[in-house]
Amino acid sequence: MNINEQSKWYELTTGAEIFEPATSREVKTGEWRTRTPVFDKEKCKQCLLCVPFCPDVSIPVERGERLETNLDYCKGCGICAKVCSFGAITMEEL
Amino acid sequence: MGNTVEIRWHGRGGQGAKTACLLLADAAFNSGKQVQGFPEYGPERMGAPITAYNRISEGGSGSSVHSNIYNPDFVVVVDETLLKSVDVTAGLSENGAIIVNSRKSPQEVRRQLRGYKGKVCTVDAGSISQETLGRNIPNTPMLAAAVEVSHVIDKDRFLADMEGSLRHKFASKPQVVEGNMRALRMSMKQLKVG
Amino acid sequence: MRDRMSGNEAVAFAMKQIDPDVMGAFPITPSTEIPQYFSKYIADGEVHTEFVAVESEHSAMSTCIGASAAGARAITATSSAGLAYMWELLYVAASSRLPIVMAVVNRALTGPININNDHSDSMGCRDSGWIQIYAENNQEVYDNYIQAMPVAEHCRLPIMICQDGFITSHAVENIELLEDEQVRSFVGEYDPEHYLLKKDEPLAVGPYGISPYYMEIKKGQAEAMKESRTRIYEVAEAFAKISGRSYGMIEEYMMDDADFAVVLIGSSAGTAKAAAHGLREAGIKAGVIKVRVFRPFPWEELRKALRGVKAVAVMDKSEGFSGWGGPLFAETRAALYDLEESARPLLQSLVYGLGGRDVTVSTFEAIYEDLARTAEAGTVEHIYRHVGVRGDEEGIQG
Repeated sequence: MNINEQSKWYELTTGAEIFEPATSREVKTGEWRTRTPVFDKEKCKQCLLCVPFCPDVSIPVERGERLETNLDYCKGCGICAKVCSFGAITMEEL
Repeated sequence: MGNTVEIRWHGRGGQGAKTACLLLADAAFNSGKQVQGFPEYGPERMGAPITAYNRISEGGSGSSVHSNIYNPDFVVVVDETLLKSVDVTAGLSENGAIIVNSRKSPQEVRRQLRGYKGKVCTVDAGSISQETLGRNIPNTPMLAAAVEVSHVIDKDRFLADMEGSLRHKFASKPQVVEGNMRALRMSMKQLKVG
Repeated sequence: MRDRMSGNEAVAFAMKQIDPDVMGAFPITPSTEIPQYFSKYIADGEVHTEFVAVESEHSAMSTCIGASAAGARAITATSSAGLAYMWELLYVAASSRLPIVMAVVNRALTGPININNDHSDSMGCRDSGWIQIYAENNQEVYDNYIQAMPVAEHCRLPIMICQDGFITSHAVENIELLEDEQVRSFVGEYDPEHYLLKKDEPLAVGPYGISPYYMEIKKGQAEAMKESRTRIYEVAEAFAKISGRSYGMIEEYMMDDADFAVVLIGSSAGTAKAAAHGLREAGIKAGVIKVRVFRPFPWEELRKALRGVKAVAVMDKSEGFSGWGGPLFAETRAALYDLEESARPLLQSLVYGLGGRDVTVSTFEAIYEDLARTAEAGTVEHIYRHVGVRGDEEGIQG
């Protein structure tokens, strides 16, 4: 199903039903970002406090360790940098 | 539409005038007629004057009219105290009749009827129901009186039919069936026509 | 089956014969008896319907939306303020294209507070995207209810089956009922293509519709409403085969050669027919047009039926407060715009029967007499009038 803002009225689904799960993944909100979190793996203690604070669920975790921020969705709000007690995240204009 | 008999019931909220009206519709239906039975609705208040209506026609498609009845062929008054406050004979056909639940004679009741020239009938439905059912529920005797006077249904068929539906409704209380049937018969017999 | 019952019981009986999946309802006069009768059928094990007793009509319609989206056949019943309380959900049901069937027992929408009949409740939501079918008597409301699901489910539009509060809802009349099996096979099993509980097809219902999509979605609804007319006729034709009773968008009574006509909705159409019948015997060519389906609006049918009639009163049982007539009048008048001038009747708006004001055969006789005078004069003196209002010199008394 490929419905977009050019679709004709008869190409939309009846009742505007959406048949795919998790279509929000297709909206790359990372484009809204003006400042970018830069992650310093050396300083990070893996306390994982940044993870639940991220409003966009953009900090992936694997085997108990956080990875690089997913910049496809990070809007650059800076909350992660604010809550990090170890200075492992800095906001920069890239 | 020409052969439709129209009946207006006057009672007080809670006395069962509406129920009697619906029972008459039922009985007429059972004898093959086209019927309407409906109350005039408003906020429901015990004791307030109410009216209910029947249109009964022979076969065909019945009456298509959906309005209250202003020129009835018959009027049934379930509570005679209404005669003081309600113009019960308003629009009543002079070829028809009014039936009043009263101990009085038709001649006495006529004096309260603002010059109505048609037939006046009375029946003491209160005492009949007291005697047969042990309570003052006048609507059953008034139903019988309405059938007796209006001839909208064959009398024997009506009685047989009522017995059938009462037996069905009160299967476990045969004394109720008996009492109601006595009430119907007594009312038909004691009806005074003047 | 020959029987007798009130309009409310007739609807509840049709519901029982259909045995839908879910009913969400909150009681309000004069529709209360419908969920009341139906609850008894549930308690007696005669239907398998899940009854959801809610705390308001807003929740009743929400229940229906949830159930319908999940794939269930969902029904409700309401009146007046109850319908008003559903308002925003009516639009959600319609835009989500959920074929919910609602029995509406028409009652005045306050104020002053009033519990009696007029059409202000359902007329108020005429533009919410629901199909609206109105009945003259208990037979019609029963028949319309049985046709509701085959129409709604095919078009994927919600539908209101309306009848006049008290006048038909509480009046016992003769009725011809169909056998249960006939109804079940006519209405059929509900087999939606998409629904929330279909486990192999994840689905989201009721998304936010941003501006780039909103009008396309509304256009979809508008087209479905236009096309529903065809389905309404198809279903009526199939219904006629099993019942012998025919229905269309409108009913024409003695209209073939009518000089004067009234156009109206609901129970008073029967009273108008009795008046027209009487006047015909006196040589006056009176006719009646009863609008059965108001949404979609039967503009083609009305244009055809009213062509060449001399004078017409379009009668609304609701105020429009447009300063120019009620909603049925406005749309009927619009439907006649394309007629050539010589075929266009003299048209006036009559607002009648509000808040339970009774309308009798003699009221209609007075209306037909007035139409005859209008035709004689060749001009409509007052376009927007009321019936039976004390002290109203421009109105019609009778």
